[in-house]
This record gives sequence, C-alpha cells and structure tokens, in this order.
Amino acid sequence: MSRDSRLSQASRDPKWIQWILIGITVGFVTLFLILPLGVIFWEAFRKGLKTFAIALSDRNARSAIGLTLLATAICVPLNMVFGLAAAWATTKYSFPGKSLLISIIDLPFAISPVIAGLMLILLYGIHGWFGAALQSMGLQVIFAVPGVVLATIFVTVPFVARELIPVMQEQGSEQEWAAISLGASAWQTFTKVTLPNIFLPLLYGVLLCTARAMGEFGAVSVVSSNIRGLTNTIPLQIDALYNDYNAPAAFALASILATLSIITLLAKSWLESKIEHRSKESEEIQ
Amino acid sequence: MSVEVQHVNKTFGSYKAIQDVSLKVHSGELVALLGPSGSGKTTLLRMIAGLEVPDQPVNQDEGRILFFDQDVATRSVAERQVGFVFQHYALFKHMSVFENIAFGLRVRPRNLRLSNPQIDQRVKELLQLIQLEGFGNRFPLQLSGGQRQRVALARALAIEPKVLLLDEPFGALDAKVRQKLREWLRRLHEQVHTTTILVTHDQEEALEVADRVVVMNHAKIEQIGTPEEVFHNPASEFVIDFLGSVNVFSGRHFEPSPEAKTDGAKVYVRPHELQISKESLGSASISAQIQRIQRAGTSAKVFVHTNNEQNVRVDVPIHEFQFMDLEVHQQVFITPLQSHVFSPEYTI
Amino acid sequence: MYSIKSIRAKLNKRRIMSAMRATQIRRLPGFGLTLGFTLFYVTLMIVIPIAALLLKASSISMEELVETFKTPRVQASLRLTFGASLLAATINTFFGFIAAWSLVRYRFVGRRLIDSLIDLPFAMPTAISGIALMAIYAPTGIVGKHFLAWGIKTAISPLGVLIALIFIGFPFAVRTMQPAIEELELEAEQASASLGASRFQTFLRVTLPSLIPAALTGFTLALARALGEYGSVIFIAGNLPMRTEIASLLIVSRLDENDIVGACAIAVVMLASTFVLLLTIQGIQWWIERKTGRN
Repeated sequence: MSRDSRLSQASRDPKWIQWILIGITVGFVTLFLILPLGVIFWEAFRKGLKTFAIALSDRNARSAIGLTLLATAICVPLNMVFGLAAAWATTKYSFPGKSLLISIIDLPFAISPVIAGLMLILLYGIHGWFGAALQSMGLQVIFAVPGVVLATIFVTVPFVARELIPVMQEQGSEQEWAAISLGASAWQTFTKVTLPNIFLPLLYGVLLCTARAMGEFGAVSVVSSNIRGLTNTIPLQIDALYNDYNAPAAFALASILATLSIITLLAKSWLESKIEHRSKESEEIQ
Repeated sequence: MSVEVQHVNKTFGSYKAIQDVSLKVHSGELVALLGPSGSGKTTLLRMIAGLEVPDQPVNQDEGRILFFDQDVATRSVAERQVGFVFQHYALFKHMSVFENIAFGLRVRPRNLRLSNPQIDQRVKELLQLIQLEGFGNRFPLQLSGGQRQRVALARALAIEPKVLLLDEPFGALDAKVRQKLREWLRRLHEQVHTTTILVTHDQEEALEVADRVVVMNHAKIEQIGTPEEVFHNPASEFVIDFLGSVNVFSGRHFEPSPEAKTDGAKVYVRPHELQISKESLGSASISAQIQRIQRAGTSAKVFVHTNNEQNVRVDVPIHEFQFMDLEVHQQVFITPLQSHVFSPEYTI
Repeated sequence: MYSIKSIRAKLNKRRIMSAMRATQIRRLPGFGLTLGFTLFYVTLMIVIPIAALLLKASSISMEELVETFKTPRVQASLRLTFGASLLAATINTFFGFIAAWSLVRYRFVGRRLIDSLIDLPFAMPTAISGIALMAIYAPTGIVGKHFLAWGIKTAISPLGVLIALIFIGFPFAVRTMQPAIEELELEAEQASASLGASRFQTFLRVTLPSLIPAALTGFTLALARALGEYGSVIFIAGNLPMRTEIASLLIVSRLDENDIVGACAIAVVMLASTFVLLLTIQGIQWWIERKTGRN
C-alpha cells in the first residue's frame, strides 16, 4: 500500500531518486521474474498449438498428471486438517514447549528437498528403519507411488499452519469464550465461530499447499525411480522430457503448472485486498 | 437467583489478585464492582462466570461460589448458565446481528432447542428491547460502538441467564454515549430483573446505576453498601478518596473531633461539606483567600488557599452562590459541616 | 475406615482432582484432541525422519567423515554452494531493499502488478523455474547469446548457478523488508528534517538503522533457501563435477551410487548450517523485540 499521499515533505525523496529506484526495481523484476514466466509460455506454444495438444495427451504425460493429482489429493486434505489442529493447539492454549513445537512445524520449510528425500530413504528404503518390515509385507515405498506421496506430504506440512497461526494469534480467543459462555459445544464453537474467521487465510494456505504439492521436484525425484508412466509426477516428467531434448513437450507440461502459479498469485492479491477492505470498513465506523 | 462468594482467593503466579473476598448478591439486584485497575474486580467477575477458578481452599468452607445454594466453583462456564458481556464485545464478526443474538439459542442440544419460528420471535423481541429493530441484517463491523454493546447484551440475554455479568461494558465509548447507555441499562434492569453484576472503574457509573456498590482495592473489598452509603458514609480513606473529590486536612490544623487531635491523623472533608462565609463561625473556621472560582455547573467550585498554606476546594450550590458576593482575592472563612476521620488501621 | 492416613489420602486425592479439573475448565475445550493429533503428526512426519538422518549421521565414524570432506569434488561443491548462496543473498538483500522501498513509498504504473509478481519464484515449482532459466540464459537463449558474444557464459557456469539462486531468493528479501518499511515512523523522519538534516542524512542516520534487523532476516532467509535449492539450479548449472555441481546435487549423485553414508555426511553439514542460520534469525528477532520493546 503506497503512502505517498500521506508522506509529508520530510519523507518524500527527490524525483530523480524515485525514478532511478523505480527503474531498477522494474528492470530487476523484468529480467529475473517476468522473463522466465514469459519464456515458459513462449516455448510451449512456439511449435504451434498442435504440438502442445499432442504433448499433453501423451500417455506418459497423462500418467504423470494423474500421479501428481493423486499425491496432491492425499496430501492437501491431510495437511489442512493438521494445520487447523496445530494452529488451534498453539494459539488457544499456553503450554511448555509451545515455541519449540512451532519451530519444529516450520522445519520442512527450511530443509532442502533433496535432504527430505534422503530422510525418507533412510526410513523406508530397503536398508531403512522400516525397510525389512515393509519388504516382508510386500509393500514398496521408495521408488514407488507411496514414496512420492510421502515426500509430497513432508515438504508441504507447514504451509497451512503457517498461514493460520499468525492470524489466529491476533484474533485471540474472546469470541470462542463468548460462544462457550452461551452454551455452545467445542465443535459448534469451532465450526460456527472459528472457521468463518479464518476462512481467507485457510483458503490461501490450502492454495499454497496445493501449488507446492503439485510442483515439488527435489524430494520427489530422490524417492522416485523416475520410471515414466509409473512413478513420474509432472515435474519429474518435465525433467525427463527436457533431458530427452524434447523441449516443446517439457514446456507444454510446464505451462500447466505455471498457470497454476499465476492463479495462486492472483488469488493472493485478491485475498489480501479483501482483508484490507474489511479492516478499512471497521475503521470508519466509530 | 442469588450469588454468593465465600472467602475466595486468586493468585496468578506470585501476584495476588483476590484476597479473602466474600460477597452476597441478592436475587434481582444490580451490583457494581468498583475500583481502580488492578483492584481485582474483573478477576472476581470472571471467577463468578467460571472463566477463572479460585485458588484451592485451605478449609472446607472457603473458596466457594454459590448460585442459590449450590457450590458451582468447579463448574465450567458453559455449565453455569451465566450471561457474560465481554469488555470488547466479542461479537461474532461473520454473523449478522440477528444470528449473533440467536446464537445461544441455536447451539442448544436438539431436545432443549426452541423451534426456528420461536427463535425468530425471541430475537425480534430482543431487538426491540435494545432498540435496534431493523438492524437484524447488519454486521458488527457496520455498527457503532454503542450499538455493538447493545447487541452483545441482547446476545447474553437471549439465553435467559440466571445471572448477567458485565465486564466494563461502556469502557470503550464516548462520554455522551456512555451516559445514555447507563440510563438505558438501568431501565432495562427494571424491566427484566435479572441478577446483574457489573464491573466498572467509573464511579459515576456505579453510583448512578447500581442498587449496591462494592468498592475494591488491591485484591480486597473496602466497602459494600448502597450508593448513598459509600458516598456519604465511606468506611475507609480509600473509599472517600476514590469516590468523588475530597479535601484532606492534617489533624493538627483542624479540630472537628477528639480523634483528629492525634498527630498524623488525616481529616477528610468533601467540597460540599464545607461552608464558606465572610466572617468566622467559631473555633472550627479557617481563614483563607479565594484563588479561583469556576461557575459552570450545578455548583460553583471555589478554590481557596488557607492560612496554613493548603489548597482547598469548596462547592457551593449554584443558586446559593448567586446570593453570595464572592470574588477572587477575597478573604473568607471555611467551616466544616461534616468530616470523616479514619483510624490508622484503615490507612492504605 | 477412619484412620488419619485414609482421610488424608482422600483429601489429597480430592485436592488433586479438583486442581486438575480447575486446569481443564480454565481452557477452551479441545486441548487434548488437537495437541495430541498435532504431536502425533509432527512426530511421524517430521521428527522421525530427522531422527533417522541424525542417527545415521552419528553412526558415521570420524575417518569416514574426514574422507568424505577431503574429496576435492566435495570441497569444490561446498565452496560453490556456500559461495554462490552468500553472494546471491547479498545481491538479493540489496535489490530487494530497493524494490521494497519503491513498492511501499512510491506510486507508479504497474506497481500492483509488480507487487504480485514478487512472489513468483515462491509460487512456481522449482523444475519449471529451472527449465525457464535455462531457456533464457543458455548459449542460444534470449539473454544468454548476448552475453556469450562478450565471452560470458551465463549457463553451465557458476554464474548460471548464481542467477538461479538470485531468482529463488528474491521474494524472501523483499517480503521481509516491506512490512518493516511500512512500519517506519514517519514522524521520526519529520523530526529529523525539522532539526535540519538533509533527506540523505535522514535516510542514512534515521531510516536505515531501523531497517537493519529486517534486512538481516531477509538475508538469512534467502541464504537458507539458496543453500538447499535443487530444482531451479540443476538445469542451468550444467552440473559439471568440480565446476558447477551444487551440494544438493552431489547428495543425489551419491545416492545414485548407493553411497548412503556419503550422502548423509554432506546432508548433515547442510542441515547443520541451515540450523545455525535459523537460530540466527530467531536471535535477530529476539534482539529486535528487546530493543524496540515490541511484542
């Protein structure tokens, strides 16, 4: 939000400085951000719409899309439920070790995806902790679909919680206590009072979680056997196609995920302007 | 329903918020808990509500909170069926005014729940009661502070609570709005007659609205009495100092009673308890010079400076003042018509 | 039984139950359920995997560790990763500050658009960024071919690695500085001006110092992200061992060779440095709160 109109003379920078800084900003953003985005769509459609369509209907591409969707469909609801529970537990109560818990929840966010994949191999690989048990049950996790799903879950665990915790922290518990004092049960309080209040951040968190789940590459490539048609997600398929020098097909698939990213960005802008609008409304009446 | 608190204590960490407090509120009464911040009044209210729990009692007959004759000290807030109005309203921002008020009725278990038409009817009646008919579809963010407060009250009343508990209900509002709501609350209480306990730091509010006032300070109760009793017959130095304005004289310079002769004793005289005159009225009169006169209001406030280097304020009812011929810099005499002395145990 | 012992025992029991009940009703309902589930999930999904790595790492003997780090290839990779990440984070902090300042203080056409785009590297899958960057900076790419004409290789080179790391770290620098700039006390700047300071002096002496904590946080976050990056870098880097092989890729190579121990050794170093960085961020934030007294 620009405060230029409210800036007094003392805080206003001379015009020439403004132009230079704005110029640098626009230049930097164009070079480093807009250009890559543009290139994806350019390369995807360069060889024509037909090539684009063929690339997407390819059998391996479709199976990659299917696996990506499966992993996302499992991962997002789980992490959403977790995010809600974790946010409730850490913002409505105080208990020893709370800050530690919040830091641990943030960890997947900070750990390199490749290391995440490595950890999963240590747990579920043939020589891993549960390796022997899994083998005897005939289940395979690493180099198979379950591994891909687990890797996706691991890297996206914090997303919903991170969006909810600051918001719920700020809102406090007064409305919940009011509901309780009026006779509502815990579940009624949660669904009728808490959820409506966190609807927007929850939505955004789920959106981010989805985008990241669909786009996860590093962790998934480590645990997947990279067998096309079997254990490739969209990002892995893109990687495979690219290494095959099939750039147009790679970019075609990439454009799907790029579009999802753009939708995520637009949604965030829209959500933020809604929140701004709401707080302005409440300021005006007093 | 009557509410009784027996010898409760409350400590937060090393901070003693409530010390051996006992209180009985009669059924249908409106009682104000009055005191400065930190006096423990909000903590006491929250304990009655069930939002705080009293400290573990040492003997059997301590630490009890009785609704009628039942000890509810270990019951949760939902089980106590109280109507609590929070200081900052705590309205449900995403529900309309109508739904906010209906909330307590909608969340009842199915067998106890009223039918939808009945709920609608009840909410409409309450909207009328709080004079916000037609506002049912608005949202809290679209209301002014005074309107939000009334909705919070209606919401608490909807569940027909046995006790109504108000935590500084008018604290965040402008003076004029506060005054109007105060009168409105009193009228409402006369209509509905729910046992009500109100927390406030505004003494004017307490004196105007309550049947009885409980003056609290530093975790203890200083005095319980009707507004008249606490104002005109204060039980301690704190009470007389906290309620209304008061002049303090040292016992040596002022001899209205034998106790005052003790060195270090303080004599309290309210501005309206002093008589101002051109001539001395006897041995109790003190000579003084008028410094300033404030003539706006129901009484004129005359600020004088005594021979003993003390600044004193004398209030003279305005119609009396108009017949007196008082001007700044005049030499006058002030005589106490009534005074209050407290023995040292009551000193804070 | 009326022995004193049994009466006392009964009273004690009642006291404990009463105290427990007191704690229960003081809290909103749902504590046990939500905390229980949270702890279960966190343990299963986060704690156990990390424990597995730490345990494996601790089982590595000193000799094996030293062996791993004596390898020139590993050393080159770590030098590249840390070096490029530090440089990228510095560049990002500098340009990130300029961008944040422009976005908050100035008004210009396209400001809203650019503000939304800042998050692009954050929202875009790393593999996509990877191939996009490669397409641009490759010898045949739009930008790459111009630089190649001047003899500069923007892909399949350490420069390419740097470019990729700048890309993914940029949002962190901007988004940490924006709120700090928004919260600047304008009155302090006005006071400074009223005391005769020029705009530049005010900026240097009044504004900049209060932005240093945010700048440090942004730097650290960008750095932490850059160290662990994989997908966006491996395409443009070319992955030449000893030249453009980043640490995370080295881990993958080791895994491909079934050298789990080697992979773990490197992973632990990466993890340890990330951990140190996170602690630094916490420390900075704690220091800020202490100084400004804000909560």
